Amino acid sequence: MKPTETKDPEFYHRVVDCQYACPAHTPVPEYIRLIAARQYTEAYMVNWESNVFPGILGRTCDRPCEPACRRGRLSEQEEAVAICRLKRVAADHKGDIRQFMPKVPREKNGKKVALIGAGPASLTVVRDLAPLGYELDMFDEQAAGGGFMRSQIPAFRLPEEVLEEELGYILDMGVSSHFNHRVTSLRYILECDYDAVFVGSGAPRGRDLPDLPGRQPGAGNIHIGIDWLASVAFGHIRSIGPGVLVLGGGNTAMDCCRTSRRIGGDNVKVVVRSPFKDMKASAWEKDDAMAEDIPIIDNHVPLSFVVENGKLVGMTFDRVEAFYDAAGKRTLVSTGEAPVLFECTDVIIAIGQENAFPWIERDLDISFDQWDMPKIDPVTFQSTNPRVFFGGDAAFGPENIITAVAHGHQAAVSINLLCSGKPVAERPPPRVTLVSQKMGMHEWIYDSPVSDDKRFAVPHASKEKALQDRLLEVELGFDATQAFYEAQRCLNCDAQTVFTETRCIECDACVDVCPTDCLTFAVNDEENALRPRLTMAANNREQPLYVSAELPTRRVMVKDENICLHCGLCAERCPTAAWDMQKFLYNVSLAELS
Amino acid sequence: MTYLRPAFAHPDLPRNELGYTRKDYESALSTLCAGCGHDSISAAVVQACHETSIEPHKVAKVSGIGCSSKTPTYFLGNSHGFNSVHGRMPSVATGAAAANRELTYIGVSGDGDSASIGIGQFAHAVRRNVNMLYLVENNGCYGLTKGQDSATAEVGSRSKAGSVNQLAPIDLVSMALELGAGFVARSFSGDKAQLVPLIKAAIAHRGFALIDVISPCVTFNNNPGSTKSYDYVREHMNTTGHFDFVPMHQEITAQYPPGSSKEVTLHDGSSVHLHKLDDTIDPLDRRSALHALQEYKASGKILTGLIFMDEDSQDMHQVMNTCNKPLNQLTQSDLCPGNRVLQDINDSLR
Ligand SMILES: Cc1cc2nc3c(=O)[nH]c(=O)nc-3n(C[C@H](O)[C@H](O)[C@H](O)COP(=O)(O)OP(=O)(O)OC[C@H]3O[C@@H](n4cnc5c(N)ncnc54)[C@H](O)[C@@H]3O)c2cc1C
Ligand SMILES: Cc1ncc(C[n+]2csc(CCOP(=O)(O)OP(=O)(O)O)c2C)c(N)n1
Ligand code: SF4
Ligand code: SF4
Ligand code: SF4
Ligand SMILES: [Mg+2]
Repeated sequence: MKPTETKDPEFYHRVVDCQYACPAHTPVPEYIRLIAARQYTEAYMVNWESNVFPGILGRTCDRPCEPACRRGRLSEQEEAVAICRLKRVAADHKGDIRQFMPKVPREKNGKKVALIGAGPASLTVVRDLAPLGYELDMFDEQAAGGGFMRSQIPAFRLPEEVLEEELGYILDMGVSSHFNHRVTSLRYILECDYDAVFVGSGAPRGRDLPDLPGRQPGAGNIHIGIDWLASVAFGHIRSIGPGVLVLGGGNTAMDCCRTSRRIGGDNVKVVVRSPFKDMKASAWEKDDAMAEDIPIIDNHVPLSFVVENGKLVGMTFDRVEAFYDAAGKRTLVSTGEAPVLFECTDVIIAIGQENAFPWIERDLDISFDQWDMPKIDPVTFQSTNPRVFFGGDAAFGPENIITAVAHGHQAAVSINLLCSGKPVAERPPPRVTLVSQKMGMHEWIYDSPVSDDKRFAVPHASKEKALQDRLLEVELGFDATQAFYEAQRCLNCDAQTVFTETRCIECDACVDVCPTDCLTFAVNDEENALRPRLTMAANNREQPLYVSAELPTRRVMVKDENICLHCGLCAERCPTAAWDMQKFLYNVSLAELS
Repeated sequence: MTYLRPAFAHPDLPRNELGYTRKDYESALSTLCAGCGHDSISAAVVQACHETSIEPHKVAKVSGIGCSSKTPTYFLGNSHGFNSVHGRMPSVATGAAAANRELTYIGVSGDGDSASIGIGQFAHAVRRNVNMLYLVENNGCYGLTKGQDSATAEVGSRSKAGSVNQLAPIDLVSMALELGAGFVARSFSGDKAQLVPLIKAAIAHRGFALIDVISPCVTFNNNPGSTKSYDYVREHMNTTGHFDFVPMHQEITAQYPPGSSKEVTLHDGSSVHLHKLDDTIDPLDRRSALHALQEYKASGKILTGLIFMDEDSQDMHQVMNTCNKPLNQLTQSDLCPGNRVLQDINDSLR
């Protein structure tokens, strides 16, 4: 193998598993260390700059970082660091942050941008462009900002004051918000004097089961999940019947069933077509639903709504079994048993959402693909009309808040480049620093000892209380002590092991001491030949090998990054400081640097 | 600040016949200087004991005084240990081996510990053929007392402080050969491929087994001009041959060109496979071994690898014809069987 190109920031970035997996590339270990040091305000700002909604995301994020977390790979019993819930700790315990917010210039830069939708994607664009002097008009058909964060995510998961606080930081940046204002024609917007338009309108249409027998006669008690949740959130719906069937296996279904339990549903069931393990909902969402006495009935395909005397009384289902072919593709095959009837008073259909752009005329040079989705560049978020950018759920279909934020940042970079007359494809490089952490013989700036603690569980409010009050937050958050111990579980994967081959005397000390056998002196070879030959075979191909230039004995130093604990022992036992622990800070460049 | 060994190990770490991983043979984190050759030797002992599935509680580590003699703290944390007095490891090991023949004895010493203050003790442990692995971690200096030349330093070797040694060295390998040792090897801490199989074979060998391991002292004797530095040893090292240890019941996998290969079976059924690199040396012949040592020394080379081995060696217990039951387990009635037995003996002499 060729010596590893560590000058390329992407090599060390990949080693920080959580940050690499985060769509917005939040510097996770950096904020976790700040939480351990009880510097909550600083921890909050590290988050805020990268993901804009630390308090909201610390409660609701889909957390793609956690399945990626190195800690979860260390053994079968070991779980990821509670990255998401630590973020909430920073938000809960922070001091006054107004002083750290970017200043919005009174003098504008003469450029105008329209934003359609006031969800997290558009709000992120505002966060990045307002401080640069842009004049911003944001339109949303709802009465208040936040998009799905307000209309869909129930208050027992995301209290309104948390939402209001973090929306406030952005709405106070001088954006002109036009609420209760549905945009009905993009042509009209484009004809106004905007330099660019950002479409952050989400994926607002909930899927239905229009052809199922009984759908029309039962309509009065059959609800579309996202519309129903929005109606509950805005106070239009205050109750539901005692027997509720929720159809669907995603997070929307989990929010619908838990909301039902709080406004009259005594007997609430989730019924899902697929096997339990294939459900789209996150494991923790399923756990929380089941903890509220909601059974999840899997392998049941809806057959019909049963309506008697004009009233919905139940639904019938076909029992199925899942079969998987060699490629893992699933087919659901009826068991041939008689259909099952589940009685109910109401049904909530939560089987997915779709994009819909009836308000975008098709002659505006915006190309749409065969699924009627706009063609969007995945890096610049530009549509085929150079002035129109898309982000969030509107760009590539329903995702989550952190993805919408990541899109918003990149779209803002593009808009700023466009308005500065620069090519949008020329992206600003990430901001990186690499700094030695050495303080003394066995002392590092970070806490290098590896904690043995198992993951701490976030305390919950009692079920009795929680089910009586739709607005009562279920999760109570870590206190400062729990947060400290949970934070200490983080391995500091950004404390990179950096090797200088000219210093190495090949004494073997690092190889001998490494607790997880990451290091090998080997005769160089192709990657495929090298991987199985290392001290421990490097079988996780998603993790890179770090290979040095040739040493005096004609061997190379090979490090398998897979389960390095970043304990610093190699560097401590190295007599010549050929290994050093260096903190790698990686920040995605925002619009201000483009 | 570390000095703490993380509890985590590689999740795929292999288990030996006893179900143990290498981690189970480790111990406290070393406090020796970073880069010390002695730490590599500890790692080699860990690897050898794990791979041969030795039961940790059936091992006794015995040592004297010195950085080298401190190392038993850093390996086999679940084994017995005795950190004795400077130069007195051999007598403690002899006593222990005499009292309980069922344990595996690993003696750890330094060049100062064995070639100066303990040289008489060393000589008698060889002479008695105590059943033990005797490791000398040889750095050519007194590491623990800040690097004075030891009795194994070569004439002309320069210390870090700049002084040049004028006194002739003692070669423990030659000495052990002269005194009749049944297993004699020399190795280098920086060459585990050679050291690990030597340790395995030395443990399997019945009787006294010396491995003199050149082990650079990074702090006091790794300077230019030293003949025990990493660079000097790598440049001057020659080996008697490739060496494999094959435990009992295990298939032979190494493939060497025919002709110069030798297979030696040990008393426990395991075997040693030697592919010689120098055909003039016969490691089963003591005179040839002594001759080869002199030849290499004269040409300024360091001869490493298995230097001599006597597969029929008779250890102390065999020579003294002691009973099979460990002496420390004999009871009053074993030792003093009573009047009737005395009568029988007396009768037999009448
Ligand atoms: C029930 C449910 C629960 C969820 N829970 C989570 C969760 O816990 N964590 C998570 O990360 N994600 C969650 N999501 C997904 C997440 O809410 C979305 O991915 C995210 O909000 C998308 O952001 P966005 O900015 O693209 O659009 P949205 O948040 O959807 O905002 C779009 C806004 O545009 C407005 N709009 C649309 N068309 C027009 C128009 N023509 N004129 C004016 N305004 C318009 C809409 O009213 C809406 O306010 C959930 C989704 C649902 C349905
Ligand atoms: C009876 C006695 N004399 C002298 C000493 C001082 N002393 C301690 S270690 C040592 C030499 C150790 O040298 P070596 O055995 O080569 O060990 P190293 O530290 O080099 O590994 C000496 C002389 C002592 N501890 N006890
Ligand atoms: S251990 Fe810490 S730095 Fe490493 S992946 Fe997990 S959260 Fe990120
Ligand atoms: S920091 Fe060094 S010693 Fe620690 S696990 Fe990583 S490679 Fe091994
Ligand atoms: S400890 Fe340092 S000098 Fe020794 S082998 Fe490792 S990197 Fe090289
Ligand atoms: Mg010494």
